[in-house]
Amino acid sequence: MKSIYLDNAATTPLDSRVLEKMQPYFSDVFGNPSSFHAAGLAAKKGVDAARKSIAALMNAHADELVFCSGGTESDNLAILGLVRTNKAKVKHVITSAIEHPAVLELLTHLQKAGEIELTILSVDKFGLVDVRELEKALRPETILVSIMYANNEIGTIEPIADMGRALLKWRKTHNTPFPYFHTDACQAAGVLDLDVEKLHVDLLTLNGSKIYGPKGVGLLFVRRGVEIEPIIYGGGQERGLRSGTENVPGIVGLAAALEIAQAEKEKENVRLTKLRDKLTAGLLKIKKTKLNGHATERLPNNVNISFLDVEGEAAVLYLDAQGIYCSTGSACASGSLDPSHVILAIGLPYEAAHGSLRFTLGHSTKPADIDYVLKVVPDVMAKLRHMSPVNLDMKYFK
Amino acid sequence: MPNDSQQDNCDIVSRSGDQGWFYSDTVKDYFFNPRNFMRDEEAYKDAAMGLVGSPACGDAMKVWIRVDPATEKITDCKWKTFGCGSAIASTSMLSVMVLENSGMTLKQARELKPQDILARLGGLPARKIHCSVLGDKALRAAINDWYRRQGKLEKVEEEHGRIIDSVAKVTDKDIEQAVLEGADTLEKVQAKTKVGTGDPSCLPEVEQLIRFYREKYLGSSPKVEV
Repeated sequence: MKSIYLDNAATTPLDSRVLEKMQPYFSDVFGNPSSFHAAGLAAKKGVDAARKSIAALMNAHADELVFCSGGTESDNLAILGLVRTNKAKVKHVITSAIEHPAVLELLTHLQKAGEIELTILSVDKFGLVDVRELEKALRPETILVSIMYANNEIGTIEPIADMGRALLKWRKTHNTPFPYFHTDACQAAGVLDLDVEKLHVDLLTLNGSKIYGPKGVGLLFVRRGVEIEPIIYGGGQERGLRSGTENVPGIVGLAAALEIAQAEKEKENVRLTKLRDKLTAGLLKIKKTKLNGHATERLPNNVNISFLDVEGEAAVLYLDAQGIYCSTGSACASGSLDPSHVILAIGLPYEAAHGSLRFTLGHSTKPADIDYVLKVVPDVMAKLRHMSPVNLDMKYFK
Repeated sequence: MPNDSQQDNCDIVSRSGDQGWFYSDTVKDYFFNPRNFMRDEEAYKDAAMGLVGSPACGDAMKVWIRVDPATEKITDCKWKTFGCGSAIASTSMLSVMVLENSGMTLKQARELKPQDILARLGGLPARKIHCSVLGDKALRAAINDWYRRQGKLEKVEEEHGRIIDSVAKVTDKDIEQAVLEGADTLEKVQAKTKVGTGDPSCLPEVEQLIRFYREKYLGSSPKVEV
């Protein structure tokens, strides 16, 4: 049976070239980078080279990178690290309504615990944060703004550089180093520019598992001069900001993946955008559908469509049975009773939010795959709609 | 009910990736090969019909039945479901149970519980049980409709208890039952009954009821969320 993986926003396969670079660091170069002997030094060399290479890609300094276990830890380190190190009486944080749970859950937890005051910016119907809204929300007590670079569900790319400039201006006129600007770039790292000077960010999160690198490794960029506290204590690795023996093969793999992604992104983005637009146009031919997210300010691999009268999980399972792997923002697929917070934030009613499907293309996606998906999805939708009592009876309920 | 080993062997991972779940082969079979689902509504205009849920809360189920007036046995049962795999499989199984052994009597059908359907499905992951609680209600609504159409109004049994959530059709009895089954917080009661998903305005009352039944049966108040 066919197997067409269209869930690359969930995670990507490891690129064989990345695996090749990682391979020596499992058994041959296995030393602890903190050890003084040759085995340790060899491992340290691998980590140092990776750090240097990534720093160059991000237009950052090597000492501004903190390796950790992934995107969630990196987000937590950025936010907790900053909030805890700041001793001000009132600490205000601004974020958006469509952030990843690694940011949103943590911030709402801190708010409930009374550690911070929180402003959650709404987004427009395309999922965009309005820079003017951000400016309006700024307060003298604002210590941090955390807005994602690109959204994982609907693929909307946020105007990070514009926000960064607005924050620089605010700091200048108010003569303060605050607020710092954090962005979660996990979805963007493989396809967008990561130059931290152009983005004007102070903290940036990315990880390996979305860019054809290894899982279990990520990093936080922390601009020189930005003070954060560690959230994990121990042997003092990563300049004391992330204790624990370095995941050497992971770090080497992260660097290799990022190098490949950044070198190939122009060409690959053109290819993916074509396939994305073909898939989008084809799916929108099915009746009672809507594209979620922005038409152009969008990740080149993301297609997110709401299908009315159909429940997302049921659709995912039927597509799975036909060898098509995608995901849904349906409540039933999440364990909570509410459908995706992102789909609700862009203003879709619950009825439509339950039937949203996300297809995220990747390196392996070929034109023939899109043809197959466009052949299968209409039939699956027809079948599920046939089984569904919704539509005709909507009025009956309301 | 699912056992722990099923939870380990997950083939679907949630959106947030926190937990997986596993559907039994029976669930998959009844989901992918739905039994008795309604193909021609026109032809069933004369049949008794019951409808519960709403697309806003993620599940809506519609059940049609034909009944032999002499024996009051169900002779035909068709359904349509808007919902996830569990919801579709549950309604699919319900229709089979209602029709087997030459059909349930309306009295038997009224006593059908979600737990009975779950048992026949080989269990559902704990987090998916709430998806299977609407089918039996739709069936009871169809039974009432049949009695109404027969002019036997004395046989119409409105759902016991008082409706708390008019969208999800959840009553105080449902909440009592959920508490008795161990749901001691609003979240757990919601997971079992879907109360408040279509009509959040009832939530304060639901919380009061949970407190009341907890104190009545368990002698303690629910934990206060910090």
